[in-house]
Amino acid sequence: MASHDHAHDDHAHGHDDHHHGPEKGIMRWIKTTNHKDLGTLYLIFSFTMFFIGGLMSLVIRAELWHPGLQFVDPEFFNQMTTLHALVMIFGGVMPGFTGLANWMVPMMVGASDMALPRVNNWGFWILPFAFTLLLSTLFMPGGGPAGGWTMYPPLVLQTGEGFPFLIFAIHLMGISSITGAINVVVTVLNLRAPGMTLLKMPLFCWTWLITAYLLIATMPVLAGAVTMLLTDKYFATSFFTASGGGDPVMFQHIFWFFGHPEVYILILPAFGVVSTIIPTFARKTLFGYDSMVYATASIAFLSFIVWAHHMFTVGMPLAGELFFMFSTMLIAVPTGVKVFNWIATMWRGSMTFETPMLFAIAFVFLFSIGGFSGLMLAIAPVDFQYHDTYFVVAHFHYVLVPGAVFSIIAAVYYWIPKWTGVMYNEFWGKVHFWLSAIFINVTFFPQHFSGLAGMQRRVPDYAVQFVDFNMISTIGAFVFFIAQFIFIFNMIACMARKGQKASDRVWEGAHGLEWTVPSPAPYHTFEDPPRIGDAELAAVHDSGAGYSDHKH
Amino acid sequence: MSSHAAPAAAGSPPSRYFVPDPSVWPFILTAGLFTVIVGVWGFLEHKQFPIALPIYAGAAVSIYIIFRWLRGVSLESEHGKYNLQVDGTYRMAMAWFIFSEVMFFGAFFGALWYAREMSIPWLSGEGTKMATHLALWPGFENIWPNNGPMELNGHFETVGAWGLPFVNTLLLLTSGVTITMAHHALKENHRLSTILWMWATVGLGVAFLICQAYEYHHAYEGLNLKLASGIYGSTFFMLTGFHGMHVTLGTIMLIIITCRLMAGHFKPDSHFGFEGVAWYWHFVDVVWIGLFVFVYVL
Repeated sequence: MASHDHAHDDHAHGHDDHHHGPEKGIMRWIKTTNHKDLGTLYLIFSFTMFFIGGLMSLVIRAELWHPGLQFVDPEFFNQMTTLHALVMIFGGVMPGFTGLANWMVPMMVGASDMALPRVNNWGFWILPFAFTLLLSTLFMPGGGPAGGWTMYPPLVLQTGEGFPFLIFAIHLMGISSITGAINVVVTVLNLRAPGMTLLKMPLFCWTWLITAYLLIATMPVLAGAVTMLLTDKYFATSFFTASGGGDPVMFQHIFWFFGHPEVYILILPAFGVVSTIIPTFARKTLFGYDSMVYATASIAFLSFIVWAHHMFTVGMPLAGELFFMFSTMLIAVPTGVKVFNWIATMWRGSMTFETPMLFAIAFVFLFSIGGFSGLMLAIAPVDFQYHDTYFVVAHFHYVLVPGAVFSIIAAVYYWIPKWTGVMYNEFWGKVHFWLSAIFINVTFFPQHFSGLAGMQRRVPDYAVQFVDFNMISTIGAFVFFIAQFIFIFNMIACMARKGQKASDRVWEGAHGLEWTVPSPAPYHTFEDPPRIGDAELAAVHDSGAGYSDHKH
Repeated sequence: MSSHAAPAAAGSPPSRYFVPDPSVWPFILTAGLFTVIVGVWGFLEHKQFPIALPIYAGAAVSIYIIFRWLRGVSLESEHGKYNLQVDGTYRMAMAWFIFSEVMFFGAFFGALWYAREMSIPWLSGEGTKMATHLALWPGFENIWPNNGPMELNGHFETVGAWGLPFVNTLLLLTSGVTITMAHHALKENHRLSTILWMWATVGLGVAFLICQAYEYHHAYEGLNLKLASGIYGSTFFMLTGFHGMHVTLGTIMLIIITCRLMAGHFKPDSHFGFEGVAWYWHFVDVVWIGLFVFVYVL
């Protein structure tokens, strides 16, 4: 590691810590400590997992085409629902956001790389091993985990021989998330270029900073919870066994103490992406920057005191039901601030509708629908009816697919000209957008109705009156899945450098340090801390003045 | 960037970012951990393959890589490659890592409090749970320690707080003092004194571990207190066990730092490797105070 290849050292200063271009071949990717390489690896891994998780969802939707059993047996169906969730959350969305953070945070704050590049490499390369463990359970006696991604005992303890792989895969994912999060926190707090104060940072850095805090605080709690599952199954502990004085419900409390902040881990970076894209294409500065920061922090704080709203039907004391109901509804306030600010940013803007903007606007609309159904679910007595129905499925897919996933897609469209130096094909981008936006609604909107009418989730069979809604849903899912290949080919074309050359600024209304460097961005963006122009900072912030005379 | 009051570390100019070379160690480390996991899986699922092989081989590879990695970092530091900014990076990273460790222990403390304040009272019929109590285990009482209504693993006794655990508390608190003395001596450049205080700290850590091992042996053989002793045994051994693992790790780290001191590493004004380990040691100390209060005394 300390050894150094001086052959390419053509830098005039010849510093020992000076860093060269990438190595050749596969070892470049295995050994890389470069934030751009790792960002690319994270994103490729993320989309591979989106593909695998998407195939699982198609198995689910195909089985639900008709009532009765047609393609798979119920046990395998439940493995699909369980693994679809684990793969999409831990393999798709979280690495996707980490990939975006890897690419963009150092460029946005004016650093040369992430703060801990070797740890960064470790954080990424854990993931393929973790998902090898997780997915190999499908081929083991007893099959994969089938008790739902929440892994409630005692059901999950009936998993077959693959059970330890499930637990250790979660442990590894936790290590990966924590290393990635520490990297983001330290990069943002310690490597900002001179003059970039915290409240002058691009909002994407802010939302990721707070996300990273949530990750560091909650992933160890999940690790503790699954460790207790492991010892309950193999070492005769009684954490979740009533006969020994424990309680299965205790797992649900510990799990959701992780699980609810996790929900915001999956959406706060999306808020950052949307808060970056909308000002660009509205050609205005973001409305209410400070309130965006405070709203994000408030959401993060509240996320720690709402967890039991996932457990309203479990038999909690009345005081608990009320506390968690009201604390949950409070979250609507900072979230409302954000939605208001996005709309106010667009108000009287000189709007154009390139593909990233289309996805960002769809995010605002469709995420809000998911937010409203979330508000309905927050009402404890009403949740008694909704619990474990397709209404819940519709709710969280609205916040996760047209929410989190759309934001990742929007971010890739937005930044890939900077990454590759080549514009994506705008026509096919728009086709991709409209197919995605229409068919995601075809997929999930009917599930509100079937859920309210009583269709249960995680069951491969259903009452015959739900057949129309389910057929519509299945058609939507298949078309949505196929439409994503347009995106994949569009992005591959950029990576193969086939297309129109992108300018350095790329977007007329784009502001921030990443647009001051060439497209594609050089392997090491800033070897020395850059000087940031007042105009660049003022454009990120809504104070309207140069950052040196910020006033309200 | 360099406007801090603290003296600047030697090496590259503080205005310049430090970026390490590509490294294959993280990948091999993950492969090593993966191999250990496969071996542990074989152990848990009673597989026929020689499970010791992947466990030992994977652990050996992982430990070797961690050693090489940290050695590389130490050498980079000693060769003056780190400026003040890198120092800040390591400080922040270590602080946030310790925060994640605190949250890990939080999960197990949470389980302890939940069992004592919720599940045991409910099983004994508190609140709205009377019907369940009468139907399932009408004789069950809300007392602590408790191994549940089925009295799993039979009658057991607990380790008294004011015997060995109190000695252990004194040992760890004293070690917190000795490592602070070592730190002060290092800052005043009294190297021999630093090394002696460090060995004293290591000795106290080892003494703690010996006491803890004896206590476990006594619990299993003399008190019939086992991991399987219901919720009391579960929380007792998981909390003290994970703490003991952290003390073991901390002691190893102390030994390495002491050896580095003897090899002439660290300067009075630049020694984050030392401080990071000291922070970690204070962290296991504080966790022990929590354990002593909530597991042993209360």
